[in-house]
Amino acid sequence: MDVQELIKQQVTAHPVVLYMKGTPQFPMCGFSGNAVRILNALGVKDFFSVDVLSNPEIRQGIKDYANWPTIPQLYINGEFIGGSDIVSEMYQSGELQALLKG
Amino acid sequence: MNRIERIRAQLASLQPLRIEVVDDSHLHAGHAGARDGGGHYRLHIVSGQFAGKSTLARHRMIYCALGEMMKHEIHALNIRADTPEEL
Repeated sequence: MDVQELIKQQVTAHPVVLYMKGTPQFPMCGFSGNAVRILNALGVKDFFSVDVLSNPEIRQGIKDYANWPTIPQLYINGEFIGGSDIVSEMYQSGELQALLKG
Repeated sequence: MNRIERIRAQLASLQPLRIEVVDDSHLHAGHAGARDGGGHYRLHIVSGQFAGKSTLARHRMIYCALGEMMKHEIHALNIRADTPEEL
């Protein structure tokens, strides 16, 4: 399957998807770790995570998919939400909590 | 021009009133994602062009202005983007 198609399938099949470096248990980058911490703090335990370090095709493919140059990338209900800074900002403002409830 | 000067030059297209770039690379030396040689930077930029734009849109404007630099030279960029009114 084409990598863009695979990504589209992942982000639509799961309500919350995080493309990150490492795993939620062992994040390999502080920014990815930050996104995991926030999801955990909000009680989102069962999000679907993809480790781009072990999937080189997705590592490049996800940058093209969202037209966004960095990782982590958070998707909620198929929609690209942002990277580490935006997720932090939306957590602090309460927007993220609202999105996850919706 | 060093990398920080080039970041500033690329961002000039956003007509910033203020721009601060800090090199945080030393904080991340040796971690798995940093092996490709790209740097970690922290940016605070103030521009009237951000007015009426979401945070996502502001970050996109910055990434777009940085262009090719985002591919290899900048591994991670911590962004704070404000309008003059928001300061």
